[in-house]
Amino acid sequence: MAITREHDLHKRRSGRNIGLAVVLVAFIALVFGLTIAKVSGGGTVQAFDHSYRPSLDPDHVRFQQR
Amino acid sequence: MTDIRVDIPQAETGDAGFGDYVALLKPRVMSLVVFTALVGLLVAPGVMHPVEALAAIIFIALGAGASGALNMWWDADIDSVMKRTAKRPIPAGKVAPGEAMALGVALSGISVVMLWLATNALAGFLLAFTIFFYAVIYSMWLKRATPQNIVIGGAAGAFPPMIGWVAVTGSISLEACLMFMLIFMWTPPHFWALALFMKSDYHKANVPMLTVTHGRKATRAHILVYTIALVPFALAAGFTSIGGPVYLGLALVLNLIFLQGAWAIWRRDEGQAEADNYATEKRVFKFSLAYLFALFGAFLAEAALSRWPAYADFAAHIRILEVF
Repeated sequence: MAITREHDLHKRRSGRNIGLAVVLVAFIALVFGLTIAKVSGGGTVQAFDHSYRPSLDPDHVRFQQR
Repeated sequence: MTDIRVDIPQAETGDAGFGDYVALLKPRVMSLVVFTALVGLLVAPGVMHPVEALAAIIFIALGAGASGALNMWWDADIDSVMKRTAKRPIPAGKVAPGEAMALGVALSGISVVMLWLATNALAGFLLAFTIFFYAVIYSMWLKRATPQNIVIGGAAGAFPPMIGWVAVTGSISLEACLMFMLIFMWTPPHFWALALFMKSDYHKANVPMLTVTHGRKATRAHILVYTIALVPFALAAGFTSIGGPVYLGLALVLNLIFLQGAWAIWRRDEGQAEADNYATEKRVFKFSLAYLFALFGAFLAEAALSRWPAYADFAAHIRILEVF
């Protein structure tokens, strides 16, 4: 018996590996899409630079926009 | 507790195919969850980025699947003696019980955290509570302890539209509560109708289904009482921001048919039911599925029609509970 003989178990394992790969790629794509959606939909994104700027205060920004 | 946790075929870890793991997530239940959660999400006031909405639906469905896997892990003993469930992956010996438990726990964590990150903390909390409610309160406790298992356990199936709504709005409102109550009150007559014509299964598994503990006459009465109790919630939703003339008209007709079916079940005795092979019970069970899909479909129709200003103005006269 050749060592490369295909058994039903190998087919199941192969199907499982492919299925898992598809799920992982889909998950990565979804997280990437979510990141883009959150960043692009979140308005101005800026970090705190150890000193207060009025533009960091959402209430101030809303007041300025009126 | 039942003492039938004995001869479940033990699968070798690594034997299962991908489809066996998918079957653990109860895809048919997931489809109902996806539909109701999607309706809750689409009819909620507010705007959501399409990718966020897609992520929300996927993770709500994944959470439902996770609770399904935990349910199959815990109930493997009773699944193996019931004809309807004997071919599930664990009793069929395709997936090891420990694997199902690990999959359920892992997917629960992933779905809750991801829903939280994709939408908001309240939606994530509600999903976590739903999984806990279905896996622990229903599967581990109530299912084997009380004939009211279906009534209280039905809450788990009622949460998805509320989670969809909360994912958009960040808060729970009257509309979300009415969608919850619609499914919550619908579940008992739906499942008891099933239990009436699947009687031998639940009896064999020693599950304290109402038909086993209180008899079939009492179950028929319960179906009628819960159907009557369902009607006010179904109609009340028509007077909120998610309702309107189309929904209300449809709800009136469908509730009358449901009531007529429940009345017919109540009037029958076992002799009549066995004579026609439970035709009325089967008809009401099938109708109840269509009932829920149609009413949630009507919520969607109202949301779509309300984009038309003339219809929205007309519907505003009916949506008298919108102010709350």
